[in-house]
Amino acid sequence: MNQLIISAATEGEAANPLVPNVWEMGVVLVGFAVLLYIVVKFIVPMFEKTFAERAEAIEGGIAKAEAAQAEASAALEEYKQQLTDARAEANRIREEARAEGAQILADLKAKAAAESARITEQAHAAIESERQAAVVSLRSEVGTLATTLAGRIVGEALTDDQRAARVVDRFLADLETQSAGAAK
Amino acid sequence: MIALALPAQDSGSFTPPGIDEMHLPAILPWGAHDGFSKQMLLVILSVVIIATFFILAARKQQLVPGKLQFAGEMAYGFVRNSIAKDIIGGKDFIKYVPLLFSLFFFILVNNIYGAIPVIQLPSFSHVGGAYVLAGIVYFTWIIIGIKKNGLKYFKLATVPSGVPWYILPIVVPIEIISNFLVRPVTHSLRLFATMLAGHLIVMLAGSGIEFLVMQENVLLKGTSVLVLVGAIAMYMLEALIMALQAYVFTLLTAIYIEGALHADSH
Repeated sequence: MNQLIISAATEGEAANPLVPNVWEMGVVLVGFAVLLYIVVKFIVPMFEKTFAERAEAIEGGIAKAEAAQAEASAALEEYKQQLTDARAEANRIREEARAEGAQILADLKAKAAAESARITEQAHAAIESERQAAVVSLRSEVGTLATTLAGRIVGEALTDDQRAARVVDRFLADLETQSAGAAK
Repeated sequence: MIALALPAQDSGSFTPPGIDEMHLPAILPWGAHDGFSKQMLLVILSVVIIATFFILAARKQQLVPGKLQFAGEMAYGFVRNSIAKDIIGGKDFIKYVPLLFSLFFFILVNNIYGAIPVIQLPSFSHVGGAYVLAGIVYFTWIIIGIKKNGLKYFKLATVPSGVPWYILPIVVPIEIISNFLVRPVTHSLRLFATMLAGHLIVMLAGSGIEFLVMQENVLLKGTSVLVLVGAIAMYMLEALIMALQAYVFTLLTAIYIEGALHADSH
């Protein structure tokens, strides 16, 4: 059939472009089959292998980056924790130091107060004894002096001891009531 | 147009090249009318070119590609992702990548021949090759459909779901004709016709320029420049169509395969 049409066409009339050349069809069929075989056997596997490797490499890189990120954030967390701990520790030490300082201050204050009380006590005691001594010595001396003075003023010697002692006592009693009144 | 019309009165008449010029004498004749034609040589050459290029590009595979590998991967990735993955999708698409890949580059190289100055002959300006490729695709998608859905596939492919029963007598014959009879014809003739027409236009422009340059009238001779400009524009358009037809043919193949795979959901 084809042969008929082709031979008719070649004998003068215009060739029918829709009638194929059988040999050309054969060449295209075989040529395409060979190409398809090469593509299936070699070309596609080679490209697919590279694509797969590349995808794997990229995914591996992503996983690695994610791991690094996780590690970094863990380290950051740790540092933050350490920092918080250190701050708490510092606060605690400061509190302790403050408390200790206050304790020491209070101790010192107490000690100082005790010391001053003791000194005051001693001073009081010393003053008291001095005063006592002064009173004793004054009593005898003032008696003698007053007697002497009064004898001179009166012009007669108060030789009578009994009388003299009475006079002195009365004088001293007056003196004491006077000083007590003044102290009040 | 004027340039083509004028010469008749000057020196002889212009005879445009016809379909017969498409049939060059055989390089190596045998038999009565057939022989080893230029088309056959070009088809064999295309297989060598494609295989060599992609094997070279894929041979030394590295994670960070060189220039050649990058070009190969771009080309491969285009068919794999933009055609196979986008149209067929799912996990199955990888099975059909080799067929689509071979089809695309086989047609592309054989078409681009038409844009290469010395070769200047797209292989598919002869219809035989287009019949063969469309036939391969035709049987491929029918076999895929039967494998996937069993003989029920023919019912799925011809009886659309959701159509009222009284329209079916009209729809079913239309579906049978469009899917099983017209589809392979349009698939092959689309490729063949565009290549033939493109080649004819280039030939026509070429012979027209030659004819005008031979004129004795200087002004008439000058009009050949206009034809040349037009020829260059047509040449660019043809180059675009050559690449586009390779893409369209492969895309349609992917669509047919997808239709066969998912016949039940169409």
